[in-house]
Amino acid sequence: MSRKKISPLSGGSDTRGEVDIFRVIAGAVRKGGSLVLAWVLAAPAPAQSTDGGIMRPVADMFQPLSRPAEMIHESAVLVLMITAAIFVVVTAMLVFVVWKFRRKGPEDDMEEPPQIYGSTHIELAWTVIPILITFVLILVTSRTIGEIQNAKMPEDALKIRLVGHQWWWEVHYPDLGIITANEIHVPVSTRTGKPRPTEIILESADVIHSFWVPQLAGKTDMVPNKRNRTWIEPFATGTFFGNCAEYCGTQHANMLLRVIVEEPADFDKWVANMKRAPGVPTEGMAAQGHRDFYGNSCVSCHRVDGTVAEGVFGPDLTKLMTRQTIGAGVAPLTPENLRTWVRDPQSLKTGCLMPDMKLLDSEVDSITAYLLTLK
Amino acid sequence: MNPDTFDPNFKIPAPERIGDERGSLTRLVQEMVFTVDHKRLGLMYIGSGLLFFVIAGIMAAMIRIQLAVPRNDFLEPDVFNRLFTMHGTAMVFLVGMPIIFGFANYLVPLMIGARDMAFPRLNAFGFWVFFFSGLLLYFSYLGAPGLYAAGSAPDVGWFAYSPLTAKAFSRGHSTDYWTLSLLMGGIGSLVTSINIIVTTLCLRCKGMILGRMPLFVWLFLVVAFLVIIAIPPLSACQIMLILDRYFGAKFFDTQAGGSAVLWQHFFWIFGHPEVYILILPGFAIASEVIPVFSRKPIFGYPVMVAASVMIAFISLGVWAHHMFSVGMTSIGNTFFAISTLLVAIPTGIKIFNWIGTMYGGKLRFELPMLFCIGFLFQFLIAGLTGVMLAIAPFDWQLTDSYFVVAHFHYVLIGGLLFTIFAGIYYWYPKALGKMPDFRLGLCHFILFTVGFHITFFPQHIAGFLGMPRRIYTYDTGRGWDAWNLISTIGVIFQAAGILFFVVNLIYSYIWGKKAGDDPWDAWSLEWSTTSPPPAYNFETIPEVRSRRPLWDLKHPDDPDWKYE
Amino acid sequence: MSTAAPSTDWKLPSTRKVAVISLILTESALFTIFLVAYLFYMGKSLNPPYPAQVLEFPLLATIALLSSSITIVLSERALHAGKKGAFHLWWAITIALGAYFLWFTAMEWKHLIFEKDLTLATNVFGTTFFSLVGLHASHVIIGLFLLTLVLVLSLLGKVPADHTEHLEMISWYWHFVDVIWIVVVTVVYIISTRIT
Repeated sequence: MSRKKISPLSGGSDTRGEVDIFRVIAGAVRKGGSLVLAWVLAAPAPAQSTDGGIMRPVADMFQPLSRPAEMIHESAVLVLMITAAIFVVVTAMLVFVVWKFRRKGPEDDMEEPPQIYGSTHIELAWTVIPILITFVLILVTSRTIGEIQNAKMPEDALKIRLVGHQWWWEVHYPDLGIITANEIHVPVSTRTGKPRPTEIILESADVIHSFWVPQLAGKTDMVPNKRNRTWIEPFATGTFFGNCAEYCGTQHANMLLRVIVEEPADFDKWVANMKRAPGVPTEGMAAQGHRDFYGNSCVSCHRVDGTVAEGVFGPDLTKLMTRQTIGAGVAPLTPENLRTWVRDPQSLKTGCLMPDMKLLDSEVDSITAYLLTLK
Repeated sequence: MNPDTFDPNFKIPAPERIGDERGSLTRLVQEMVFTVDHKRLGLMYIGSGLLFFVIAGIMAAMIRIQLAVPRNDFLEPDVFNRLFTMHGTAMVFLVGMPIIFGFANYLVPLMIGARDMAFPRLNAFGFWVFFFSGLLLYFSYLGAPGLYAAGSAPDVGWFAYSPLTAKAFSRGHSTDYWTLSLLMGGIGSLVTSINIIVTTLCLRCKGMILGRMPLFVWLFLVVAFLVIIAIPPLSACQIMLILDRYFGAKFFDTQAGGSAVLWQHFFWIFGHPEVYILILPGFAIASEVIPVFSRKPIFGYPVMVAASVMIAFISLGVWAHHMFSVGMTSIGNTFFAISTLLVAIPTGIKIFNWIGTMYGGKLRFELPMLFCIGFLFQFLIAGLTGVMLAIAPFDWQLTDSYFVVAHFHYVLIGGLLFTIFAGIYYWYPKALGKMPDFRLGLCHFILFTVGFHITFFPQHIAGFLGMPRRIYTYDTGRGWDAWNLISTIGVIFQAAGILFFVVNLIYSYIWGKKAGDDPWDAWSLEWSTTSPPPAYNFETIPEVRSRRPLWDLKHPDDPDWKYE
Repeated sequence: MSTAAPSTDWKLPSTRKVAVISLILTESALFTIFLVAYLFYMGKSLNPPYPAQVLEFPLLATIALLSSSITIVLSERALHAGKKGAFHLWWAITIALGAYFLWFTAMEWKHLIFEKDLTLATNVFGTTFFSLVGLHASHVIIGLFLLTLVLVLSLLGKVPADHTEHLEMISWYWHFVDVIWIVVVTVVYIISTRIT
């Protein structure tokens, strides 16, 4: 990863004249640090999958594939190296002292060692060293905070509004008029051509949640009555895994988020499909399911674009079958799992806010068949 | 035990009723309930703290069993959420706080040459308020059934972020048990801390100027000041929460313009000093144990005092580093990152001074010293991971992940609990008159240290791999399986270590060697009286001329006061 | 309880004074949080009533409470001078002034609750106003209880002559309650009524 990259966020090409000491240090330690970390973490290689591109389930923050995760990684490795050096030095001092000055035998009990009360020079020395290290860290930190938080988005950056619910994610593309849930599609950016960052507005409908996809960006909380903002600029395609990172109640563990980064052409295809209104099945099980769906209280909570189903308490179902998972990541979205969910969501996700609707077996079958047509 | 009316010829009156004989169970209970003696209250604090420690430890073991393998169904999600809430709350408020207050109660009067705390009855009040606040918290398991599926123990996490605690999201009464218990416990902590401050400032024996107090007393003075400044914000939080839940107030009601972030600010204004309230007593114990077993005075006493005061002072201005991800401005984030990094300076000085104390000494590896060396090593790691967390951008990745879980367990177990063990082994002979058994203690040390690292080191890596904290389950394939399994295996070693510890406490009390007044050849005043000390502590109130009065006594040819 | 000093050249501060100073410190921390909550929510109410519409500067009550700080000092002076009667008189006036303040607060609350429809649950102004002023009023109640207790015991002749320091501690607490009121009145009745 070369430092020569063009970014919309530092105002054009990176051609600053002055020698940037922190960048130099960071660059030098990064190679070594990455090697050590690669060995420590030894994460399994990403697996290939058919629908979501490369699956990246191991959300290793030391393998960032997007800004600002890369910028965080840079300062993280620098800090890791500094702390590792301190650790080695102080541990060596401790081991040396413990070994060298151990009681060697009963003869040591006869006489007390020389009583030293302190030394101004030594104490001054070990006050100054931490101050210097702290000073360096303060500079690195302040700089990275500013770079990430105050980054300017280009006018035409893709905008997403992400709303946290107990325990799922509502996804809006305000400029594209798309509403979906639990999976975000974004185009991949590029280091050489025109960058395509995505700006994400974070809100919450109930309690505090937190957006965290480690390979793309650090956490930003989703706080009710507060509008937060973060951004990502991924450089690799694939399906990235994230979790809700702020404890939000019973099913906090199963509030999973996937970010699907695609080539711009694939992203455009996905957008086009999402904008197409869903058809109404006219025959067979699916048609019966359509009637059952709208005849039951499903529509109080769920939304299907262009129909009377305009509920806002549950995830949008307009293009349900384009998603990889069900229940915000609790299970893969297969017809069997979908049927289980429709019959009793509590059996898959205990405590989730969708109740067991006590549907008849025939209704379960028909509604499942209808839902399978939403793609 | 009013020090004014102490009469050395006073005899405890003979028992009047059957069942009142000394040593019988009813007599013991009676003595515990009515006692105002600082030593007995100190032991009661430590004893009940250890009791809650075992309970909260079993809860932690259940948490680890659930997380041992992916998609485990050992626990229901709600049960798991209650467990980590109760585990955290109990470990901070019912284990950490009472044990440190126990040490302060037992030792501060002895170390400054006083006959008791300044307000003995207030002291007893503080203990009982704490004890019943603990019972109240645990009673929630029985007493808060609440609505269907919304009852039983609190499940909002130990820092209980609003609005998860609002009536709408936390039905039933579980959160109220949590709130009232903390409010009550806070009162206990406040009165005890005021008592410590008054005792330290007003009851010192002749010659015990502030600059000659043992570092232990100094650190507890600092801790007590931190408590009286930091606990009121917590109490205010709880009062606001009660008003919100029962009187329709809007403090944290986000629908009515209230702010969810305000709770976090108020809570962490308490919460971060609380971390130092818990770790400074660890420093206090290490600062007593390390010199004695190195056979040297503490290196740089004035600097150690200054560093402690500085840590306490800075700790009041760093709270929002728990909130880097909440969406503060870049200026706010930078400010709190800087103030947090500044804590590293006095903390580093302290570690260097402890190593400086050992340098040139003749180290005796008795049990307290072993635990203190473990403390130094582990606290070093905890401090360095703390530095990583202080780097706000890095914290955006690390916060609320298992890395944080590992970090604060290194602080609270590797730092505080290890020094508590050191302190218990160090003062056991003083309090009970018997020596703790070395072999059992060594087994405890080895098993617990190994188990501690096996359990908590892998959690750093799970955090690096994106595992958030407080999840009751996870999918396989995300790189977390192995680290979690290793982590759970470590629990077995820790539990075995604790078993040896408990056995040692009982075994040594019954069969241990007699300790004598001063088994460790130490230098502070508590070792000048008998083991265990009499109710009046000292036959004659001592007079000191240096920081190490017993050194002066043992080395009349080369006393300390010549050099001060 | 005296300090356990074996000889005269070893002076230590009085336990009572240190304890009361610590108590005042911790109470100040408590008030600070409620004050910060009030300041934080100033001008953030979503619905009326707002401070400027309903609050009137409590001039008489403020004068009463502040002058009670003076009368309690006069009372203490009288005690030191050995004038028991003057001590009782000034002490009783202090109680009366404090009681007037409390009565005024009660009337103000009645007015706000029943005529202006402002309660704890109305908006964030109501929440922070009643909790802050209520916290202060509860401290006035505690102070009045202590003052009255002392007056009754003293009239019954049950206050020993060497307990002047105990009375001084009560007056310290009363001064603290007054100082808090100065801050509260400034924030609530002067600053916040100028912000809508």
